[in-house]
Amino acid sequence: MEKFITKDNLYRLAEELAATCRVLAPVADCGTVTFRRFQPGMVLDLHSRMAAVSPKAATFPQTETLLVVKREIPEKKPEIIETLPEGKNVVLGCRPCGARGKLIFDPVYETDKIKDPYYLQRRRNTVFISLACDRPETTCFCHSVGSGPADPSGSDVLLTLVGEGYVARSVTPEGEEIMKLALFSDAGDKGKEADAKNAKAREMMGEAHDYASAPAKLLARFDDMDFWLAQSAKCISCGACTYMCPTCYCFNITDDDLGLSSQRIRTWDNCMSHTFTLEGSGHNPRSTKAHRLKNRVGHKFSYYPDLHKGVIACCGCGRCIKQCPTGVDIRQIVKAAQEYAE
Amino acid sequence: MSQLDDLKTAIKSRLGELECVIGWEQGYDPLHATPLFIRSEADLDRLIIGPLAVHNLATYLTGWKGKKVGVVVKGCDSRSVIELMNEKLVSRDDVVIFGLCCDGVVSQRKIRAALPADPGFVESVEIGADSLKVTVAGQAATLRLADVQADKCLVCDTPDAIVSDFLIGKAHTPAPAPSLKCQDEFEAKSDAEKFAFWQETMGRCIRCYACRNACPMCVCRDYCIATSRDPLWVSQENLPSENMMFQMIHVSHLAGRCTECGECERACPVDIPLMLLRRYMNKQVRDVFKHEAGKALDQTPPLLTFKVEEERINERGW
Repeated sequence: MEKFITKDNLYRLAEELAATCRVLAPVADCGTVTFRRFQPGMVLDLHSRMAAVSPKAATFPQTETLLVVKREIPEKKPEIIETLPEGKNVVLGCRPCGARGKLIFDPVYETDKIKDPYYLQRRRNTVFISLACDRPETTCFCHSVGSGPADPSGSDVLLTLVGEGYVARSVTPEGEEIMKLALFSDAGDKGKEADAKNAKAREMMGEAHDYASAPAKLLARFDDMDFWLAQSAKCISCGACTYMCPTCYCFNITDDDLGLSSQRIRTWDNCMSHTFTLEGSGHNPRSTKAHRLKNRVGHKFSYYPDLHKGVIACCGCGRCIKQCPTGVDIRQIVKAAQEYAE
Repeated sequence: MSQLDDLKTAIKSRLGELECVIGWEQGYDPLHATPLFIRSEADLDRLIIGPLAVHNLATYLTGWKGKKVGVVVKGCDSRSVIELMNEKLVSRDDVVIFGLCCDGVVSQRKIRAALPADPGFVESVEIGADSLKVTVAGQAATLRLADVQADKCLVCDTPDAIVSDFLIGKAHTPAPAPSLKCQDEFEAKSDAEKFAFWQETMGRCIRCYACRNACPMCVCRDYCIATSRDPLWVSQENLPSENMMFQMIHVSHLAGRCTECGECERACPVDIPLMLLRRYMNKQVRDVFKHEAGKALDQTPPLLTFKVEEERINERGW
């Protein structure tokens, strides 16, 4: 389905959806742009820049309560309450790369043997209305990881800015359902204009880098700690890259003791942290930042593709580069491995 | 010869005996520099200095413990090196200090606010004597360096490296502003307003610990109290209260040790103004202990020592 929605009507759409759903939208937030829960009256910042944080919290919140244990008196048997996520979510105005992040989650969180009910429920109940990019940032490389600035995969509706509104294209039946609202009008021949804009944005990105050799080349460097020491020299081993990443899906589980009751929470985990692989014995197989960065890069560009039909576990949004306090550039590291002369 | 040429000559003269020399090079786009680890003369060609060289490279020194390295420092960074030495975390014999006389560095946040489009779309940058000419998304803009300088530079009284083996550049006569407007304005707020501010701002924190790991004085790193699971001191739950709790731990562990290099605030991927907390704490330490971290060698931070009677703490006279 192809339709048109004016800027004003897109805002009305947010208001309308917010009446029944939890709408997350990019807002200017003290100099940065973050996704916040939309409330009528809020000013959206859809165009100035890609939001600093990714929209992954919609399907994979930073903290989620898995279960609550309640005990009224110490002698009584505790009551265990599972807390599956309720309600519908809409992410409005994320970039296509942000919406694609969850496609990397899917094969991990839903297999023949394992199904993660918390993730799957959120995934089913979340609609992504994405906005195609019209100009790449210096850190963008979606075109090199099998995507592009107007990639519809992962989105339910894809918007392209044309004049004073957006050409809207449905990608899924859920998206089509939203586009049946009267706020959308006939697109006329604006579709062609949208195609031209999307093609121009792709052209501005230039030639894509070929990562085809990356899985094997990174594996070849697996035992080369000198390579990883050099690549990780400027890394400070914080979690900005992983927490900003739309595709990083690792988590930690903690039982938070609250006296007579407690809660089991799941929180984002971060492979750049020492505790990520710290074993009960005290042994840590990834004891240095070099080991940890090797894992982060290797996982995205080698181990994951090997397990999942060659798909690179990166959507090319560049947040890990742009938000890194020291400017570690994952593109350069993979390239260095690809170009490494034996 | 330019300051950069002098620096290169100095580094060349010592490179042979060092594991590496830590400096800066051009980063992923024309607006960003990134740390450079110089191991050979070929690497030296990539070295840059100037207003984009924002990183405090002293942060890396503890990671090279036991090896002899060189480090390029601005005046503010040299305070961190001194503090690390005063706390015996780094040995003077293990570090060759290439000190700069610094004209100030930029704040990427101020640049973002001043440009006609987001700096993510930067195309080119020309660095002049007192301005930056930036082309972003097809539009050119000239920014006065004075307008986009990091806050710390506005109140800096140590532009030239305090301790160094080589001091490179022309010495300055510092003329720091007495205080920062943003700090004064924040401190003038009522407690309720401050509370509301942090409640809101800490909702943005993602607990990535970039502030902690960018800090040259946060040396616990892998063994930080905030990420310890046994005992579990701080909940992993991402709530404004828990996030603020972590920041309070961070700021109190830095009392009397923080050199106000601003790396915590610069590193924050979601722009939390963490220096509001640091500057306030440092002011308390200055008032009570007359101490400023990293201003001179052979000082002991007041909270790492003990005096039966502190001069300015009235313990018995009331």
